[in-house]
Amino acid sequence: MDELTRQVVIVNDLGLHARAAAKIAKLAQDAHSNVWISRGDTLADASSVIDILSLGCPMGTTVSISVEDPFDLDILEAIDQLIREGFEE
Amino acid sequence: MPDQESQEIVLRGIGGSPGICIGKAYLVDREGVDVVQRYAVGAQGLAKEKNRFKTAVQRAKEELHSIIENTPEEFREHGDILETHVVLLKDKMLYSRTIDIIDKEKINAEWALKKAVAGLKQMFQEMTDPYLRERSEDILQVSDRILRNLVGARQVDIRNINKRVILVAHDLSPAETAQIQLERIMGFVTDRGGKASHTSIIARTLAIPAVLGLGEATREIRNDEIIIVDGTEGTVILRPREETLLEYQDRQVQYEEFRMAISRDSHLPAETEDGVRLAVMGNIELPEEVVSVLDHGGEGIGLYRTEFGYLSRSSFPQEEELFDKYKDVVEVMAPRPVTIRTLDINGDKAVTYAAQRPEENPALGLRAIRYCLKRPDIFQTQLRAILRAADHGNVRILLPMISGVDELREARQHIEKAAESLEKDGVAHNSNIAVGVMIEVPSAVIVADFLAEEADFFSIGTNDLIQYSLAIDRGNQEVAHLFSPLHPALLRMLRQVTKAAKSQGIATYMCGEMAADPIHIPILLALELEELSMNPQSIPAVKRMVRSLKAEKCAPFLEEALRLKTARDVMNLLRTAYGEIFAENLYAQGR
Repeated sequence: MDELTRQVVIVNDLGLHARAAAKIAKLAQDAHSNVWISRGDTLADASSVIDILSLGCPMGTTVSISVEDPFDLDILEAIDQLIREGFEE
Repeated sequence: MPDQESQEIVLRGIGGSPGICIGKAYLVDREGVDVVQRYAVGAQGLAKEKNRFKTAVQRAKEELHSIIENTPEEFREHGDILETHVVLLKDKMLYSRTIDIIDKEKINAEWALKKAVAGLKQMFQEMTDPYLRERSEDILQVSDRILRNLVGARQVDIRNINKRVILVAHDLSPAETAQIQLERIMGFVTDRGGKASHTSIIARTLAIPAVLGLGEATREIRNDEIIIVDGTEGTVILRPREETLLEYQDRQVQYEEFRMAISRDSHLPAETEDGVRLAVMGNIELPEEVVSVLDHGGEGIGLYRTEFGYLSRSSFPQEEELFDKYKDVVEVMAPRPVTIRTLDINGDKAVTYAAQRPEENPALGLRAIRYCLKRPDIFQTQLRAILRAADHGNVRILLPMISGVDELREARQHIEKAAESLEKDGVAHNSNIAVGVMIEVPSAVIVADFLAEEADFFSIGTNDLIQYSLAIDRGNQEVAHLFSPLHPALLRMLRQVTKAAKSQGIATYMCGEMAADPIHIPILLALELEELSMNPQSIPAVKRMVRSLKAEKCAPFLEEALRLKTARDVMNLLRTAYGEIFAENLYAQGR
């Protein structure tokens, strides 16, 4: 379970805004199984831009990303990196 | 049985921009999107309805792709936003939910989409982060695009209005007005808004009639019906009778002719028959309005209200942003003067993010200079932006709501501090500019002699001065009729101010509505005001009035007026003495 989940801090100025969320969703849509992104107790489907936006994550928020299928670990890694690098903004 | 169709209805609102237009109503619905119809779909039609929706999404996607392909490299950022929109199109919370709603509620795709979006909008509005909250815009734009494809050739989008219409809306946001192809609009009619609202300003700038604050216009007016909009009177007439139509057609022609005649000579100077020259300037709220000031023959900006730069946003603007705006205005007007009034908020224009706690009496509360002195950080940002803009043209600073000498001194210290910090930062600026006091609080009138020793000029703001001296809230219909610039108390105050200014050798200007009415010009000439500033549309009529008067005759006239005991007597005297000259000029106001 643990290796299927990552904690990451949002570092870009604008937080998880629409363009950033779209980049995550694009990656998540290629997954075999569900990809989740959560802030505290709130869980969002990472393949939905709107669901990600609904988490309302400004800069500095810690979110956790998780995949259900070990096959999707590459995608987990890619999303993690994307967020850590501030969405190349 | 009476024929309902022929029943003429007159709706009364606020005239936001003068003029008359007759044309077809184009209704924009309450949410600001468009009129979406709702109808039931039978069980056997559901699959077809869902397909219709999917096809519309597909078409929207193709549209977006083709726009992205045609976006040049240098607009990559714009392309990024459109890529986001492509992803949003198929977002399950929009796409799957709409399909679900079609299925469950057995309704048409347009309505189902609208319903899905309404739910999302609600969710976004509850977000705390202002930036993310505004992201619902992206979703609205995407759903608009799908909607346009669903409705097909009917083109309901306000961006695509393809005939000349009168736009009827509950309210129009600056974003919406920005989308409209304004050359297609003959007039504006809205339920909400007032004279200072964004829609009014746009309408006045474009010189098209607007009636706002009608309350229920969007309920009464039907799409495509012919309506008459009289922006001068502030009325809208529905289902007009034949003779009403003819009457308004005549008035429309007359108004146009008059406006043309007056704008032909609006560039001539405002000089009386005996050679006394007055500067007639414009009041503006948005940088875009400078064009209108110049078009109407304005000789500078006598009042640049800076509050708009602070409204409809989630946080205070940065120095750079303010500087850009001020510089735009200053550069366009140069070498003519631009009088920038420092921030006057938390009075009639509450800025939500600046609100500390609700005040029982905002007009007497923490507003204007009081607010700025209490929030030196905000004041410094604005002052630095102004001093930097001053390096690009002719700038003056006007301080609002000054009630005594101490406030003027303190404000001047802040200006010096801003200049010093710019000097230290090595940023180009000009601190050698005039600093004036807005005379709008009665105590400032009483100590005008003290203020004149330390101010570079006075500018009389008649609206607030009348409100505070006569204790009248103009927004209160019970007492609004008592609001009169010709009240003997006010005339005495005006004279006291100009005398105090003269004894110290400083100039007095006027930037309230009193200056915009040609009927007051003989009095203002007698007071020897050097500049009058007003809404741009009033400039030509005021200039014309000045040109038809003799200054030497105005002085004794004022002495006579000052002996009269009521505003009504003063008005009667004005009418008797200048009746004929007013007659033609008053028509400019459409009265």
